[in-house]
Amino acid sequence: MRLPIYTAAFTGLMASPALAADLELNLEIPRLTVAEYHRPYVAVWIETPDKAAVKTLAVWYDVKMKNQEGEKWLKDMRQWWRRAGRDMTLPADGVSGATRAPGKHQVVFKGGAAPLGNLPAGQYNLVVEAAREVGGTEVLRAPFQWPPKARATSSAKGTSELGAMSVTVKP
Amino acid sequence: MTFARRGALAAVSVIAALAIPAAASAHRQWLLPSATVLSGADPWISVDAAVSNDLFYFDHVAMRTDGIAVINPDGSKGEIKNPATGKYRSTFDVQLSQPGTYKIVNTGEGASASYKLGGETKRWRGSAAELATAIPKEATEVKIMENARRVETFATRGAPTKEALKLTGRGLELEPVTHPNDLVASEPATFKLVLDGKPAANVEVEVVQGGGRYSKAAELKVKTDATGAFTVNWPSAGMYWLEAGVRGGTSSIPNAERSASYVMTLEVLPD
Repeated sequence: MRLPIYTAAFTGLMASPALAADLELNLEIPRLTVAEYHRPYVAVWIETPDKAAVKTLAVWYDVKMKNQEGEKWLKDMRQWWRRAGRDMTLPADGVSGATRAPGKHQVVFKGGAAPLGNLPAGQYNLVVEAAREVGGTEVLRAPFQWPPKARATSSAKGTSELGAMSVTVKP
Repeated sequence: MTFARRGALAAVSVIAALAIPAAASAHRQWLLPSATVLSGADPWISVDAAVSNDLFYFDHVAMRTDGIAVINPDGSKGEIKNPATGKYRSTFDVQLSQPGTYKIVNTGEGASASYKLGGETKRWRGSAAELATAIPKEATEVKIMENARRVETFATRGAPTKEALKLTGRGLELEPVTHPNDLVASEPATFKLVLDGKPAANVEVEVVQGGGRYSKAAELKVKTDATGAFTVNWPSAGMYWLEAGVRGGTSSIPNAERSASYVMTLEVLPD
């Protein structure tokens, strides 16, 4: 019965570069000196170069408020809401999460696993949109190629609601 | 020009009467929603309703709320809540308990007439049903106008839907090509004007941006094509007022001229 085992191993080997690849987001939420501070709502999604949303990877909002009241402000992440959010059912497993405090955050999305799943080969942007109560909104984009042939990093820098952002893809 | 022409044949003697609604429409009717794009399980909007020259400043006269209707995303009839009418504006709320697009609409149908009696010119306004008894038999130079007006705005919870946007086939209406709650400044929007269910060709549409009190508001005019379609390139994000009017079409009143107007308020979001 060796042959089926070889076949399985071979199939696994072929698929593994995409499946094992990682998409790593490093994102800084800036500390702001304002009288009234609320943590921003943040959406992270993948889009094609023509800005069509492919997949929402994370939405950080007030998930714990009673009666899902935190969802009232999801529409303030305007670009994400129009392109993806309004068609989603929230909360979504592995996507919805609590708001994050100012500081540096790292999130790693694994190829083949939710929420990234099996992303078709191509050129993409990772998009981050932040919207803050009594604050503003900001959108950052960093391009990446999928699946990665080698480790590659691209970055963007916010000026108001977001700080430095970088996207690293690793085979 | 189908409608205007058909109207013109019957309307030569009605020109004088046309001045009445035209002068009245210098004041703009509007519904102003507090938000048009909403998320969450139970969002509400509050709507101002008024008639004024400058948009959207309530400084002339309130719009009455008894003619205002809500059409739910599933096509059923909704309701306005907490209506109140002040000197200059009315306000009311709409609870968006269903996901999808709501239409908020104020329609009015009526008739107006002018005639001569004993050498004096008289004017009358009322419902079509009252018309038969409103004008004395000895009146001469009777000119009758049947009026239909429609003032609308829209609000959407979640993804935009189209059920509430279905046409009634009466008066001047808007058929969306671009969804009225899916507007951003960088993308042109296309809509179709329809009179009694048929394309309203070659009709001028006035587009005015709100907020003209301290600096001149953006204003533009576009015309519908043969299919009734018109396209607006938004000068910037903001709240917009659109109006169109036609004369002609079929009047249900014998020997009457027909006028129909359509107004809507749209929100164009920044990119």
